[in-house]
Amino acid sequence: MIKIGVLGLQGSFAEHIAAIEKCGAQAVDIRHSWQLADVDGLIIPGGESTAIAKLTGDNADPIFDTIKKRVEAGLPVYGTCMGSIFLAKEIEGSEQGRLACMDIKVRRNAFGPQRNSFETSIKIDALGAEPFPSVFIRAPIVVSVGADVKVLANVAEGIVMARQKNLLVTAFHPEITSDLRVHQYFLDMVSASKQSKTGCAVANPDCVTA
Amino acid sequence: MVIETKDASNKISTGTELVKKALPQMLKGGVIMDVVNAEQAKIAEDAGAVAVMALERVPADIRADGGVARMSDPELVSKIIEAVSIPVMAKARIGHFVEAQILQSLGVDCVDESEVLTAADEEYHIDKNSFTIPFVCGARNLGEALRRIGEGAAMIRTKGEAGTGDVVEAVRHARAILGEIRLLSNMPREELMTYAKNIGAPYELILKVAQDGKLPVVNFAAGGIATPADAALMMQIGVDGVFVGSGIFKSGDPGKRARAIVKATTFYQDPAILAEVSRNLGEPMVGRTARSLSELEQLALRGN
Repeated sequence: MIKIGVLGLQGSFAEHIAAIEKCGAQAVDIRHSWQLADVDGLIIPGGESTAIAKLTGDNADPIFDTIKKRVEAGLPVYGTCMGSIFLAKEIEGSEQGRLACMDIKVRRNAFGPQRNSFETSIKIDALGAEPFPSVFIRAPIVVSVGADVKVLANVAEGIVMARQKNLLVTAFHPEITSDLRVHQYFLDMVSASKQSKTGCAVANPDCVTA
Repeated sequence: MVIETKDASNKISTGTELVKKALPQMLKGGVIMDVVNAEQAKIAEDAGAVAVMALERVPADIRADGGVARMSDPELVSKIIEAVSIPVMAKARIGHFVEAQILQSLGVDCVDESEVLTAADEEYHIDKNSFTIPFVCGARNLGEALRRIGEGAAMIRTKGEAGTGDVVEAVRHARAILGEIRLLSNMPREELMTYAKNIGAPYELILKVAQDGKLPVVNFAAGGIATPADAALMMQIGVDGVFVGSGIFKSGDPGKRARAIVKATTFYQDPAILAEVSRNLGEPMVGRTARSLSELEQLALRGN
């Protein structure tokens, strides 16, 4: 069974755990680096990025470094909202602590204060014909992406879903609606990564996994 | 509010119930700190607060000063909004919907309809459903929590007894709310209407709580939390996060205490980490026992 870790330091981690379990996979709350050893994928939930940066940054437990190493070794990671900020190489006007793994530039709080937070339906081809119900809470947007980043969804203000190999980000929060397609998309990424790894180990130890 | 975009199929809706309830969901597991100026707001943000509560005086000073406590000066609220990137909350008096309108227009992310301020209406609370931004309200028991949610509150906190540094009332209120939820979860359906009547709660919300085994909104602890251990106690009792008011900026080393309380709220189940962060925090706020308060001094008795 696929086992997904959900970073449980702060934010909407319980909602992500429930969504993953509804998809039929196992989900565990991750607060320490040693818990990352046997997960097949990691979700970084919505929350406050400065708070998470603080909790991971000046932590005696090296969870920040462990996540970064596993991401670089190909661990599939999905970041929602704050999670996308945490993964981004560049944050407009900020040097706050982050993983800096994904070749995207994000603008924090791109829509203004909470009174501008909104819900809408977005057409996302990767998820099928049915528009996806998307909730944006003081959300960031992706303002620019590197060459090998695939843009999966846009709103008028910018990019709101993107993927670079093993990394997936959304500016919106699928974990607080009942539509599981984004979580299922991520689980498909995880199982593809898992299969290619186990396949390689048996058939050809030298092959490079995606 | 529904705004038509260029693409007619793509309606953008702000201020919906889902959007309002989602903001507090993102704050779960975090600490919301009372601040009285931009400098304190920066200290709170740097310590890892998930939001700040902007107010003119912390509850301990409101108690000491006496007089009427009102919404903060908009200038102060705006300066705090400018100073930080985390959400900013601000307090309006119970029933004072014009203060709440002003706060919404300033761009605060959430209004606390708060018993810490002097009540403007001793009969009615604000119709929170009519606002675009979410509200948090205090409660001492499940009936009070569900009445506020019925009025549109998107987040509940215990009332506790603000400005005392005594956690006993927050514990009492959290245990009351969570205990009544556990009771409801095991109650046969035919008893639910009478229970709703007895605690003065909307029947539909009683049905929902009985079915889900939890409140339909995020539930924080507030009122008297002064130490990392207090924060972890409330988390272990079962709340989703904590508010710390006077406890931080009335203590000897606010930055250090703020960081310690943030860490204690995340690692609330780990006594070794709690011991580590509780070391050498300097003087806690002096405090005053909740039991020593006369009925007039008990803020929790404001609003019902």
